[in-house]
Amino acid sequence: MNRFFLAVALALSAVVLTYIYRAIKGPTVFDRVVGLNSIGTKAIIMLVLVGLMYQRVDMFVDICLGYAVLNLVSALAVTKYLERSAARK
Amino acid sequence: MIAGQAVTALSIVLILVGVFFHFASAIGILRMPDFYTRCHAAGVMDTLGALLILGGIVLYIGWQLVVVKIVLIFVFLSIVNPTVCHALQRAALRSGLKPWPERRGGAE
Repeated sequence: MNRFFLAVALALSAVVLTYIYRAIKGPTVFDRVVGLNSIGTKAIIMLVLVGLMYQRVDMFVDICLGYAVLNLVSALAVTKYLERSAARK
Repeated sequence: MIAGQAVTALSIVLILVGVFFHFASAIGILRMPDFYTRCHAAGVMDTLGALLILGGIVLYIGWQLVVVKIVLIFVFLSIVNPTVCHALQRAALRSGLKPWPERRGGAE
């Protein structure tokens, strides 16, 4: 069963590669923010899977909660900055 | 014993469908012509993929205190993702990023 979770985590990391590509190539800066925000969401899911593999889910779930909040705050902060700097231009 | 195996089988199916939705969002974010459609694709399918995978994990774990936290994660994610998507698209619209059909040049 552990191998199945490992396979799912690897599949998700393959998906993360496409987001990294979008974050690097993204024509507008907003594409980059979308890519990074989606990578954060994927990281949360992968963390829970890794927690399952180590049979210590409660510790990893707490990490995921903290990271989800961090992901929200950083995405909104960048968006607010982009909105403000665009208005000044 | 049969019920136990059925629940595990169901959790495997849920996790696989979740991974499928994550792949769909990867295709969406690559193929979509414009920022707005990409942000919509990524934001929507991320949340659904997260729901299915976390649901599969909850089924596999059975009833523990951790399940409450995992459900909390999912509720938080389902609130966060649309919010960030909306904030991003509003900021993009305010900064003058034209949606796809209006730019005759099409994809960059």
